[in-house]
Amino acid sequence: MPSLKEVRSRIASINSTQQITKAMKMVAAAKLRRAQDRIIQMRPYARKLSEMLSTVSAGAELAAESAYNQTRPVERVLLVVVTADRGLCGAFNTNVVKATLALVAERYADQNRRGNVHILALGKKGGEALARRGFNVDTTYVNVFSSLNFDTVRVAAEGIMDSFVAGRYDRVDIIFNEFKNVATQIIRTEQFLPIVPASAQANTKTTSVNYIFEPSEEEIITELIPKTLKIQLYKAVLESNASFNGAQMTAMDKATENAGELLKELRLVYNRTRQAAITKEILEIVGGAEALAAE
Amino acid sequence: MHLEIITPDRKVFTGEATSVTFPGSEGQFQVLNDHAPLVSTLARGPVTIATGSGTETFTVDGGVVEVLNNRVLVLAEAVIAA
Repeated sequence: MPSLKEVRSRIASINSTQQITKAMKMVAAAKLRRAQDRIIQMRPYARKLSEMLSTVSAGAELAAESAYNQTRPVERVLLVVVTADRGLCGAFNTNVVKATLALVAERYADQNRRGNVHILALGKKGGEALARRGFNVDTTYVNVFSSLNFDTVRVAAEGIMDSFVAGRYDRVDIIFNEFKNVATQIIRTEQFLPIVPASAQANTKTTSVNYIFEPSEEEIITELIPKTLKIQLYKAVLESNASFNGAQMTAMDKATENAGELLKELRLVYNRTRQAAITKEILEIVGGAEALAAE
Repeated sequence: MHLEIITPDRKVFTGEATSVTFPGSEGQFQVLNDHAPLVSTLARGPVTIATGSGTETFTVDGGVVEVLNNRVLVLAEAVIAA
């Protein structure tokens, strides 16, 4: 049985750990609420924008010429890996890294053998993990999460779009955590470039309407497409941000709970040890008294 | 007609309007009730909304506007309230 002092110091250390995890959980919960609000505010914009794009391109039949939907033989691949800057959030970052590795093994094995798969890390953790596995990791925009807003993400999106147009990459995928609810994150892989044709969701209501286009359909499309791409990336980053806070909250809640259980067990051990010590002392006293009485 | 102005970060305006003036990329134009379906890009400039009870002005930094069946939707990259 451990000594009383040992047990006491373990109880004290677990107590302070529990306080920390509890505080972290609270912080994550507060941040989560803000992150969720941002997604909710962004969603209508994203939805309306894609509606508008399909409206315009339905009448136009000419989206094929855009620089962003050229389908080339896939030789060089860029994977945008969205993780977090910090750990202590369960399997959040690991899941993204795993999904990335699986995607490379499944779809881009040939390109990877030739060293043509590059990683663009948004969030430090994923970049670090993949760099350790020998990938070529670009960390130019790794800090988007330190001050998360549309402007920083827009700059990153523009960088990616430019290198696609310049032919440095033939295909760009985004891998991120989608926010389902506080406890659940879904790993998503989305094709970013070239653009997936939106014909699948053909809009019946819009085809019949004769819009007036100003300046012209082509110009509107060329202006809308980069906008939708930026929004697509921004959405992925926001989803990942909310997921991270959710994952951290859940992880810290679990940790607090575990600490509580551990404390309960240790208190039991402590009391038992104390009682054992008292009993032993009494026995010694009684034994001593009896020995004296016997003389 | 019903007007909505939204940006990636927030909803700036929703409500009924009698007329709206936009800074179109080809020049300023006004949308009244029962306007024909229209899609136009916007330049940087003021959007002036006339409602039953007065006027309101926002400065948008580029964007797109769609008019369809008396619903006006403005997607702005950024809005500076003025």
